[in-house]
Amino acid sequence: MNNFLMQLNQFRNNITESLAAIGRAALLLIQSLWFIPDSKKIISLLIKQIYQEGVLSLLIIVLSGLFIGMVIGLEGYNVLSGFGSESALGQMIALSILRELGPVVAALLFAGRAGSALTAEIGHMKTTEQLASMEMMGVDPLRRIIAPRLLAGFISLPILTMIFSVVGIWGGYLVGVRWLGVYEGSFWSNMQASVEFGEDVFNGIIKSLVFGFIVTWIAVFQGYDSKPTSLGISNATTKTVVFSSLAILAMDFILTALMFGDH
Amino acid sequence: MFKDHFVEIRHLSFKREDKLIFNDVDLTINRGKITAIMGPSGTGKTTLLKLIGGQLKPDQGEITIDGNNLSNISRTQLFKLRERIGMLFQSGALFSDLTVFENVAFPMREHTQLPNDIINDLVSMKLQAVGLRGAKDLMPSELSGGMARRVALARAIALDPDMIMYDEPFTGQDPITKGVLVKLIKLLNDSLNITSILVSHDVQETCSIADFIYLIANGKVIGSGTPSELMNNPSLQIRQFMQGLPDGPVPFHYPTQQSYHEAMLHHE
Repeated sequence: MNNFLMQLNQFRNNITESLAAIGRAALLLIQSLWFIPDSKKIISLLIKQIYQEGVLSLLIIVLSGLFIGMVIGLEGYNVLSGFGSESALGQMIALSILRELGPVVAALLFAGRAGSALTAEIGHMKTTEQLASMEMMGVDPLRRIIAPRLLAGFISLPILTMIFSVVGIWGGYLVGVRWLGVYEGSFWSNMQASVEFGEDVFNGIIKSLVFGFIVTWIAVFQGYDSKPTSLGISNATTKTVVFSSLAILAMDFILTALMFGDH
Repeated sequence: MFKDHFVEIRHLSFKREDKLIFNDVDLTINRGKITAIMGPSGTGKTTLLKLIGGQLKPDQGEITIDGNNLSNISRTQLFKLRERIGMLFQSGALFSDLTVFENVAFPMREHTQLPNDIINDLVSMKLQAVGLRGAKDLMPSELSGGMARRVALARAIALDPDMIMYDEPFTGQDPITKGVLVKLIKLLNDSLNITSILVSHDVQETCSIADFIYLIANGKVIGSGTPSELMNNPSLQIRQFMQGLPDGPVPFHYPTQQSYHEAMLHHE
């Protein structure tokens, strides 16, 4: 009985701590976006962060997009050629990448590449008292460090997702048309006829905007809220990748249900 | 509040995870003087600096800096007030991705609209003051511990603050660096008339420059006075700390769980 009560108490503490963390995360978001530094400073800080989070993630995004597109091209051809409808390959590749794989895989890669780096960087700044010293100089780290990183994440992921989708479709084209010999005209014309900008392309971009917001918010908060020790930083980095990945997949289901659920 | 009191702390109490760090503490830091806060490790000296800097909020009591009561001012006012306060962190806390020059220039770039050539001259002057003008292009990872602390000092005086808080400036330094730091702290205080709060447990170095010392242990001020007054104080607790005796009122053994509970019961 005593053991049960202790477990119950532990459970209650965990719930309280989780709710408190959500509260702290919301406060961090509001405080950092409310007091964005003046426009002259934010632009140079933002460009630097877009380079760190976006440009440095390009290689992994392009390579992954290429291989995923190639695999879908190959698998899709095998299935479609069984029904003699390999001409629909372009449509299949484009829809699966634009609607699902592009936003989701790009976001998962972004969480692993840029999200973890953000958490580790901010956690290290906290551990070495760089954030505290900035505060003591009268410079608000929420404005100087957190705000540009958040905004850069919101901007970078949608662009990376678009690049991922374009390269993915091109990878599918390489395998389907160039290697397996699907007729090029039907590959592109079927794609053009079935892909709608508002329905498919735009919804994919909305997804990537939401994922960019979630991943960057989680990454920045985990770094800022980490315990100032080596173990604290490593735990925070792990949490960023795990929480972001789960949040991306759960949000993807919700968004897909909202966007395409009534078809 | 007296005009010559730069910082006033009244009835300060602060708890961390049920542990009482400060219990009804009163302190006064005089304008233009070096006031040392001394005490054994773990007594919350650094916490006190964080409370004065507004990074932590007291559970009870109030802290006033140059007439500004920290519990009544907004976040923006607090950041404005901090522009007038420099702090030297124990680790130096230099920005690891900026050069020595950019570290010292950082507060100037953030708070002033000065053109680059003036910032250039000012940073060179600050680095010259700590003897490191030649190291301006180095990265913090290339500096020794003592050099990093001197760069951090140059950064702390970048905006000519009214007050500097030094957090354990001598810890882990070789005798020469200690000597340099002692000289610099005294020199800055005298030439710029800066109010200085020096947190340390290095008795000899601190006594050589401090105008007034507060001795803190177990969440209370256990003694205060000029260095010579404290050195000659008959209290066992003060003597143990000032003369570095291994055992005395501050026990050698950390209390075990059981005796801690007993102590708590006894306390109640």
